[in-house]
Amino acid sequence: MSPLRRRLLFGIPLALAVAGGEGFYIILRRMQENDYDPHALPSPLIGKRPPAFNLPGADGMQGFSNTDLLAPPKPMLVNWFASWCVPCLQEAPMLMKLAKTGLEIWGIAYQDHPKDLANFISTNGNPYTRLAADASGLTAINWGVYGVPETYFIDKQGIVRWRYAGALTDDVVSGTLQPLLQKYA
Amino acid sequence: MIPELGHFALALAVALAFAQGVIGIFAPGLRDPRAMRGAPALALSQFLAIGAAFLALIYAGVVSDFTVENVANFSSAQVPLLYRITGTWGNHDGSMLLWCFILSLCGATVAAFGNGLPASLRARVLGVLGLVSGGFLLFTLTVSDPFTRLWPPPLDGAGVNPILQDPGLAFHPPVLYTGYVGFSVAFAFAIAALIEGRIDAAWGRWVRPWALISWCFLTAGIALGSWWSYYTLGWGGYWFWDPVENAALLPWLTGTALLHCAIVVEKREALKAWTVLLAIATFSLSLSGTFLVRSGILNSVHSFAAAPNQGLFILALLAITIGGSLLLFAIRAPILAATGIYAPLSRESALVLNNIFICSIATVVFVGTLYPPFVNLLFGIQLSIGAPFFNETVLPLAGPIILAMGVGPMMAWKRAALLPVLRQLWLAAAVGLLVFLVMAANRHVIAALGLAGGAWVVMAALTDIAGRIRLFRVSAGSSLARLWALPRAAVGATLGHIGFGMMVLGIAGMTLATQKVIVLKPGQSTQLGGYTWTLDDIHDAPGPNFSQRVADISLSENGKVFMTLHPARRFFSAQKVITNTAAIRTNGFQDIYAVFAAEPPGSGGAELRLNRHPLAPEIWLGGLVMALGGGISLSDRRLRVGAPARKKPAGAVA
Repeated sequence: MSPLRRRLLFGIPLALAVAGGEGFYIILRRMQENDYDPHALPSPLIGKRPPAFNLPGADGMQGFSNTDLLAPPKPMLVNWFASWCVPCLQEAPMLMKLAKTGLEIWGIAYQDHPKDLANFISTNGNPYTRLAADASGLTAINWGVYGVPETYFIDKQGIVRWRYAGALTDDVVSGTLQPLLQKYA
Repeated sequence: MIPELGHFALALAVALAFAQGVIGIFAPGLRDPRAMRGAPALALSQFLAIGAAFLALIYAGVVSDFTVENVANFSSAQVPLLYRITGTWGNHDGSMLLWCFILSLCGATVAAFGNGLPASLRARVLGVLGLVSGGFLLFTLTVSDPFTRLWPPPLDGAGVNPILQDPGLAFHPPVLYTGYVGFSVAFAFAIAALIEGRIDAAWGRWVRPWALISWCFLTAGIALGSWWSYYTLGWGGYWFWDPVENAALLPWLTGTALLHCAIVVEKREALKAWTVLLAIATFSLSLSGTFLVRSGILNSVHSFAAAPNQGLFILALLAITIGGSLLLFAIRAPILAATGIYAPLSRESALVLNNIFICSIATVVFVGTLYPPFVNLLFGIQLSIGAPFFNETVLPLAGPIILAMGVGPMMAWKRAALLPVLRQLWLAAAVGLLVFLVMAANRHVIAALGLAGGAWVVMAALTDIAGRIRLFRVSAGSSLARLWALPRAAVGATLGHIGFGMMVLGIAGMTLATQKVIVLKPGQSTQLGGYTWTLDDIHDAPGPNFSQRVADISLSENGKVFMTLHPARRFFSAQKVITNTAAIRTNGFQDIYAVFAAEPPGSGGAELRLNRHPLAPEIWLGGLVMALGGGISLSDRRLRVGAPARKKPAGAVA
């Protein structure tokens, strides 16, 4: 290796650190100007259609793929959940209530065992019109799922308009979901 | 009065630290022995000054002096004494003081026990430590002063965050910080070596104990934190790939790599520039981890955020420390040439392989953690990266490490043959294969791979030790005598590997966990993991600064009750916070874990989360064994006796 190339090689760590430091500096400045909020849990899907996927059905129900979400007859929810998650259990009655109002909810069970899932559905009721299983969790990565439960609002054009990470509560439903349903009805 | 004295001591420490920095770095150039002796004296006085400031803050917390803003905001007269003490560092300002205190402790240790070091090297190391310490002390004093007064004082403090009122978390920060900060010494040695332009076997021998002790603390600190989240957060998870966890994992990974390649420097005088880079990287990652998390840039569940002006100050400090050291590295490191040569198949190569894999994992974690904010910055695209990404990327990289870990320690230096080593390891391979086949037959492929890998690592480490003490080939007494005579470093390394294997076993075992979330009324029972779980009663119970509801659960097998659990929900009235206290019973090989999650209105019962976690204890036990292995390795005679012998050639000492 020539001495110059050796020198350049040893400069790489410095170059990386300088680039990183500059990035952090800009982020901090923008945070001061309230231009950037790192604590918002943004979803890359907002304003877009969900990425390509095709998941098998679960618990004897029909699964679905991204093409099934292209043009729903009315706005709908896609709910990520798992039988092993406590907030999902707390969310279950709310989903049942929403399903009774005629809102279409499709479920995706994240990394779940079929037996546990069946148990979960039979004890907590089934708010889902279709139920798919993401056993490997790979579709969850593509969606940018942060954790379960997580709910996506999809309008009539099949575009994701809203994402909520965490169990749906009365406040969230009346404060955000209902207005969205009216807006995109 | 006492807080003012503390404040004064802090200001004094700033002056002492900068004096230590300037004198330490420039005195060796002046060849003035008296000036060089000044550096250790200043390091000791700086330690005393920060120690006084730290004690003053603890005193204010213990006597609940609410005229100190820090105490008023984060403590309360009702909190038990232990948490009044630990509460002083459970917040941003106080933890800064703790951080600086540990840094000065490291400096004082080098000053007090570094008599064997050449005076110029010791002065330079202390100089670097002094400058780092001075910068962070200045930050503490000016923009995050823990001694700020509050007038008029409130009648009672706001209290300690209920989640932090836990013995596990009380000791997690000091242990973790000692790990983080301890790497500052390896860093200072690296910088001093770059200034001197010289690295040899003796240098490797001085750096390694420091890297080792910091690594032990960091390992223990991470294990404590993981254990705490396992038993407090109440859903049985032990690692979440949260940015703060990644921030601790990154220096652990590079520190592990440093530990291994410092051996090569010590024994063979190769990989010098790489070792120096790892020492710089490890401390830089420790610094970034501790501070960038606080600047609020990274999205995390650990809320420790400071104000943005503090963020800029910190960024400037990081830029000077990290940028300066990497600049020095770029200028000076190319002159460090390796003297030892080795064949592609040798212990050295095995250690290089170890470094490559560990650093690949570190890179993946680093990129995954920083990708979201940077992509947002550059392209305006918002995305989130969570646990699924890290699980998919890190686990495949861990596979080769696990395989190589069994073989590496048995390879000879300079030039090794693979076949004889593999022949010795037939038993370990057979055990691993057997575990894999048994588990795979039960259709748990992931668990099978993990358990087989863990068993392989543990068995290979045991085979290595058995071979060294000639177990079963000489009499048991003679084997025992050989074990006693083995270098402690070898015993420690084996224990470290066994601990890692145990951790792998634990993590793999956790994938077989069975759990159930269920609402039970008193008297009802349910089946899980082969046991019958019965909810006997729900009742109120008093607590010191909280009230609680307790669920009594009994477990029975074949109709015989063998265990009772009492998970509770605690209501902290001061903060209006409810915490779930999990009930965990362990027999060393499995955890029975129950959480009282809620009392759903109208159900008349309790919502319970019941878990059976096979091999879960091995995760933390493994961490502990790893740290213990490091400790035993530290007690090696060669590290203590051989260190001063810089003039002797390395071979003569070993």
